Amino acid sequence: MNWPRALLTDSGGFQMVSLLHLADITEEGVTFQSPVDGKPMLLTPEDSIQIQNKIGADIIMALDDVVKTTTTGPRVEEAMYRTLRWIDRCIAAHSRPHEQNLFGIVQGGLDPQLRDICLEGLVARNLPGYAIGGLAGGEGKDAFWRVVAQCTAGLPEDKPRYVMGIGFPLDIVVCTALGADMYDCVYPTRTARFGSALVSEGVLRLTHAAMATDYRPLDSSCTCMVCKRYTRAYLHTLVTKEAMGSQLVSYHNISHMMQLSRNLHSSILEGRFPE
Amino acid sequence: MEFVVRTWSAGARLGSMQLAAGVQMETPTLLLLTRKGLPAFIPPDLLQNLHPDARACQVSPLHFLDSPSASIVETAGGLHKFVSMTGFGMVALARDSLMDESNGEASSKLGAAFETTSGRRVVGPAKYMEIVNACKPDLWVSLPDEVPTWAAEKRNRLSVDRTLQWLDHCLSLQPAERGNRCLGVVVGSASLDERIRSAEQTATRNVVGFSLGGFGLGEDASQRALQMDAVIAKLPKEKLRHTSGLGLPEEVLQAVEAGVDVFDSIYPFMLTKGGYAMTFPLNMENSPGNLDTQPSASELAYIGSDSAKMNLRSVAYRLDKSPLVVGCKCYTCQRHTRAYIHHLINTHEMLSQTLLEIHNTYHYLEFFKAIRDAIKADKFLAFRNWFTSTRKETRVHSPASKSPTLVLH
Repeated sequence: MNWPRALLTDSGGFQMVSLLHLADITEEGVTFQSPVDGKPMLLTPEDSIQIQNKIGADIIMALDDVVKTTTTGPRVEEAMYRTLRWIDRCIAAHSRPHEQNLFGIVQGGLDPQLRDICLEGLVARNLPGYAIGGLAGGEGKDAFWRVVAQCTAGLPEDKPRYVMGIGFPLDIVVCTALGADMYDCVYPTRTARFGSALVSEGVLRLTHAAMATDYRPLDSSCTCMVCKRYTRAYLHTLVTKEAMGSQLVSYHNISHMMQLSRNLHSSILEGRFPE
Repeated sequence: MEFVVRTWSAGARLGSMQLAAGVQMETPTLLLLTRKGLPAFIPPDLLQNLHPDARACQVSPLHFLDSPSASIVETAGGLHKFVSMTGFGMVALARDSLMDESNGEASSKLGAAFETTSGRRVVGPAKYMEIVNACKPDLWVSLPDEVPTWAAEKRNRLSVDRTLQWLDHCLSLQPAERGNRCLGVVVGSASLDERIRSAEQTATRNVVGFSLGGFGLGEDASQRALQMDAVIAKLPKEKLRHTSGLGLPEEVLQAVEAGVDVFDSIYPFMLTKGGYAMTFPLNMENSPGNLDTQPSASELAYIGSDSAKMNLRSVAYRLDKSPLVVGCKCYTCQRHTRAYIHHLINTHEMLSQTLLEIHNTYHYLEFFKAIRDAIKADKFLAFRNWFTSTRKETRVHSPASKSPTLVLH
């Protein structure tokens, strides 16, 4: 990639389950359809860590058994305990512990007791960092932040907390207030490709007819290359029609998220986060 | 616009063209392809330093019929401001080779017919100039009624008449304060008489240059040479000549030899879309070495490549850590490998198209530079002969026959 900055790789668990049909999870690992030729493939915790060792990212993720938050019943408990058993297999398989940081992922659905057990188990393994998983699904916001709060309270103060699959600006602000440090989400770039720009006031739908004659930049307070050069009117003509539209709005949306991160960071440093 | 011819080599000429303040280019040169005013995949920040000769673009008014409309571009202060291309030369020309090549069948006295993303549109001189004037390009090509070489005699004559009428109409709509920025289109299809008539008549109009129209529509290459020569013979030597639709390297060479100065081409874009990198050797001195280290023609053909292009979808490149073209100084080749781009293509990442369009455009601009260097050294014919002989290397000999068969185009 010729990328001189930090890299993080996911274990592949979520992608397999969310993006592919016919995923079957057993104690051994996850059986899924290969995206290349449709044949059944098995991904074990050992396989995932080995591949991540080869890719060489700075942070690698454990393979967890992740279930949708809307799932109820014994499956949630099964997934939580399996995640704990798999973390040990991941730790054992990790061949580059001094170059790559293996993060564990807290599961347990929306059940506080299950989450507690998982937290205890992962903290005891003394990992370099921790992720809060299983929350990027269809749960209600009230349930969501309660779980995040419980997890951040239970995780060590001196290690990073990574809430996976969170990317809506408001969610990031809330989770940061609750003590989380890292996030990932397809949202900023995906919404860009569909013609929505992230701006200070919220979400700007560039496909709207009113944008055709709006000669303002996307966001008056943004200093990115796109906002310096282009108007809503021009971007309106590109989005969903030209590849360049996807590129330019994606560029702005990423820039917006970076600015949000900088603002969160500096407001905490300067003691004015609540405002 | 200022244009001066500096030197010649056979029929090819080297010129110096100033499109706008700060936009000085040597000719023969290439106008970059745009869609709605910007390249297909190269964002403006990477376009700035793409290549020293990446200074001018072609832009089609057909992209400004609906979204955006002419009035929107006008309100925004013109095309350069609207698409943030201040500092680049923008040349407006109707022909949009990506969408559709005109066969002239649906055209009428009301205008030329084009296939656009919003269906077939008939565009006449008034509408055309409305868009041109709103855009304020540095140069604009007049609206032609182009027909292919198999058009009937009567239709062809009509196309010459109409193209002249539309040229006059367009010129009458050019605002005086913008000065003269028109390239008049010469048509005439396969009839040398009509070609001459069109050229002679167009030469009497107050234009700064000419656009040789009706080429790249499926005509035979040898026919094309005759037609071009007939046209050029009737055009004033000191004025600029442009042509559209002749995008392949051999076509460019043929047109340069006839005396054409400026080109627009979809060739770099088409290669990019297909997942190909442009790789043909650019100069005589280094070429024999290059060819020795290259895989043989049949090895290349097996993976869908040839001596002119590399099929990056092929797994043959999966572990290939070389840049696309060894020694290429483009942004892509300075940073990335064939293996990486192969991976990007196969995982359907947009970045593959950006990186490829950058390289392919750069490589093609280097081709134009090689042409100019050959003219400066008065070796254009030698260069042309060498280049066309290397292209014949793409033909793979089939074991059954003695004559070479062209495998890939």
